[in-house]
Amino acid sequence: MTYAVRCASVRFGDTLALDNVSLQVEPGAVLAVVGGDGAGKTTLLRALVGQAQLATGEVDAPPAEAIGYMPATAGSWSSLSVAQNMDFVGGIYGLSGNALTSRRDELLDRASLGSSIDQLASALSGGMRRKLGFSLAMLHDPPLLVLDEPSTGIDPVSRIDLWRMVSEAAAAGAAVVMSTTYLDEAERAAHLLVLDGGRTLASGTLADVLDSFDGAISTTARPRRRAWAWRRGREYHEYWPTTAGVPIDAAAVTPDLEDVVVTLSMLKRHESELAS
Amino acid sequence: MRAMIVKEFRELRRDRRTLALLIAMPLLLLVIFGYAANFHVDSVQAAVVGPQATQVAARLPSFFDVTVTQPSEGQTNAEQLLQDRTVNVAIVTGRAPVLALVDGSNLFAAQSIVSVLNKEGNTVSTRILYNPELKTSWVMVPAIIGIILTFIGTIVTSIGLVRERETGTLEQLAVMPIKPSAVILGKISPYFLVAAFDMTIITGLGMLLFGVPFNGNAFVFMLGAALFLFVVLGLGVFISTVSHTAGQAIQTAVMFLLPQILLSGMIFPLDSMAAGVRWIGYLLPLTYFTMISQGVMLRGASLASLWLPFLVLTVMAAVVFFGATLRFRRDLAPRRRHSTVAVEPATVSSVHQAGNGA
Repeated sequence: MTYAVRCASVRFGDTLALDNVSLQVEPGAVLAVVGGDGAGKTTLLRALVGQAQLATGEVDAPPAEAIGYMPATAGSWSSLSVAQNMDFVGGIYGLSGNALTSRRDELLDRASLGSSIDQLASALSGGMRRKLGFSLAMLHDPPLLVLDEPSTGIDPVSRIDLWRMVSEAAAAGAAVVMSTTYLDEAERAAHLLVLDGGRTLASGTLADVLDSFDGAISTTARPRRRAWAWRRGREYHEYWPTTAGVPIDAAAVTPDLEDVVVTLSMLKRHESELAS
Repeated sequence: MRAMIVKEFRELRRDRRTLALLIAMPLLLLVIFGYAANFHVDSVQAAVVGPQATQVAARLPSFFDVTVTQPSEGQTNAEQLLQDRTVNVAIVTGRAPVLALVDGSNLFAAQSIVSVLNKEGNTVSTRILYNPELKTSWVMVPAIIGIILTFIGTIVTSIGLVRERETGTLEQLAVMPIKPSAVILGKISPYFLVAAFDMTIITGLGMLLFGVPFNGNAFVFMLGAALFLFVVLGLGVFISTVSHTAGQAIQTAVMFLLPQILLSGMIFPLDSMAAGVRWIGYLLPLTYFTMISQGVMLRGASLASLWLPFLVLTVMAAVVFFGATLRFRRDLAPRRRHSTVAVEPATVSSVHQAGNGA
C-alpha cells in the first residue's frame, strides 16, 4: 500500500503555504521532508494526516486507526506520567489489558524509558519527552508513521536513539514520513523531498537529489560573490553555474546534500533576477 | 527606556484582546455603575385580595403597582402569588388591620415595601415570607452557587481546552480515531462533575453556616443547575475556540463573567436598573439561574411557576452549547472539509518511488 499526497496546494488567507507539492511513501521506507523554517514541511505532514484543508490536490492516507502521528510539539500530556500517557493513547486505539501492558513495556524499553514509567512527562528531559512522543505514535503499530521534526532541539545522543527507533519502525514495515531541518539526518532516509517556500526544490533518493545538481561548488576563504556563498566551518562554499566558471585559485569540491539544498534555495530566491 | 515604551505600545497595538479589555471594560463599568448600581426600588408589583380589594387598591400609594385585584380570593391565593413571584407584595383585606404579605426573597424590594408600609402605622400588619429577617446571606448564597458554576464552566473549562491547544496535544487528538464529540464530552464531563460537587458543597455549607432554607424540590434545583451548567460549559468551549493561550482565555472569560455578576440581579435589583441596562441582564444566563435557585431554595417554587427561566435556560443551553461544540469540532476535524480536485497530469511535480527501508 502506497501513501501519497498528490499535487497539494494549501492556502492560509493570502499565503500559499504549499504549492503543488507531492510525496509518496511505501511500507518499509523512510521519507525525509527537508527544508528551512516556513518551507511547508509541517503543512505537508498535516495534509497527509488530514489536518490541513487542501485548496487543490488529493491525499491517499489510511484511516486514523492506521496512522501514528507525532506533532512538532512535545507529543505527550505533561500532567500525566509516562505510563498514564501510554494508557490514555492505548485506550483511544482500543488497546487494553495484557496487550497494552506488553506493548507499552516493549516500546518504553526500546526508548530507554522503562525506569521513568512513573515520572510525569513534564519532568522528562527534552530528548526523553520526544522519545515518549514517538512511543505514543508507535503504540498501535501503525502502517503509516508521520513524525514532525522529531529530533529538533534535542541532544545528539537522543537524536541517535530516535533515529534507531525510526529505522526499527521502518524495518518492521511501517511507512515513515518525517520532517527535519538536519541534513545529516535526511541523508539517512531512503528518499528525500526538499521544500522551500512551499514549493518542491528536489525529490528522490539521495543520489537522485545530488545528481540533479547543475553547476559547481568551490571552497575558499574569501568568496568572490557573497550572494552566492555560504559558510561551511572555517571556509566558504561558493556556487558557480558551470565548472568552467570556478576560478583557478579556488578549489572545486564535490557537492554534498547541504551544498545542493543551499544552492537550490538560492537559485529559487534569485529566480526573478536570473530570469531578467 | 524610550525603546521599551515604543516596544510596549507596538505590542499593545497588536494585542487586540487586551486593547478591547482596556477600552471596553471602563465603558462597561461606567455604564453599569451609572445606570445599574442602584439599590433604591421606585415601584413594586402588588396584589390586593379579599372583600375590600378594589377599594384598598385604589387607596394605595403609587409605589405599589397593583397588577392583581381579586375580591373573591383570600390569603391562600395571596401566598401562591408570592410563591410564583407574580407580585412582590400581596395585601389581604377583609380584616383589621389589613395583612401585607411581603416576598423576602426579593431583598431590596422587600426592604422598600417594609419601609413604605411602616409609615401606614397600625392600619397594616406586615408579614415577611421566605426570608423573615431579610438576611442578605439568604439571597446571596443561591446566587453565589451560580457564580461558582459560571467560574468553573467558563474559566476553568476554557483553560483546560486551550491548554490542549497550547501544548499541541489537541492536534494529536485530532489525528487519533476519536470522535470530536467524544473529545469535547470527555473534556467537559469532569468539569461538569466537579461543578456539581462544588454546588452541593456550597449549598450544604450555605444551609449549615447561614441557615439558608431549602424549601423546594431538590430535583427542580438540580435540573436548573444542569441546564445552567450546559450554558456556561458551552461558553467555556466557545471561549477556547477564540483563544490561543490560557491568558487569552482568562481575559475573554472575565469579559463574560463580570457582566453576569453585576447585571444578573444578584447585587443590584434588576427592577431598579435603567431599561437599557436591564435588558442586558435579561440576556445573561446567571439572571435565570438566580431566579431558579432563589425560587426553589427560599420560596419553594415549583417547576411550573419557574417555567420562564427554565425555558430561557433551555434555549440558551441548546444555542450556546451546540454552537460552541460545532465550532470546536471544526477545529478538530478539518479533514471533513477537504476538497479533492483533479489536476492536469502535466502539473504533477516530481514524485519519487519509494524503495527499500531506511
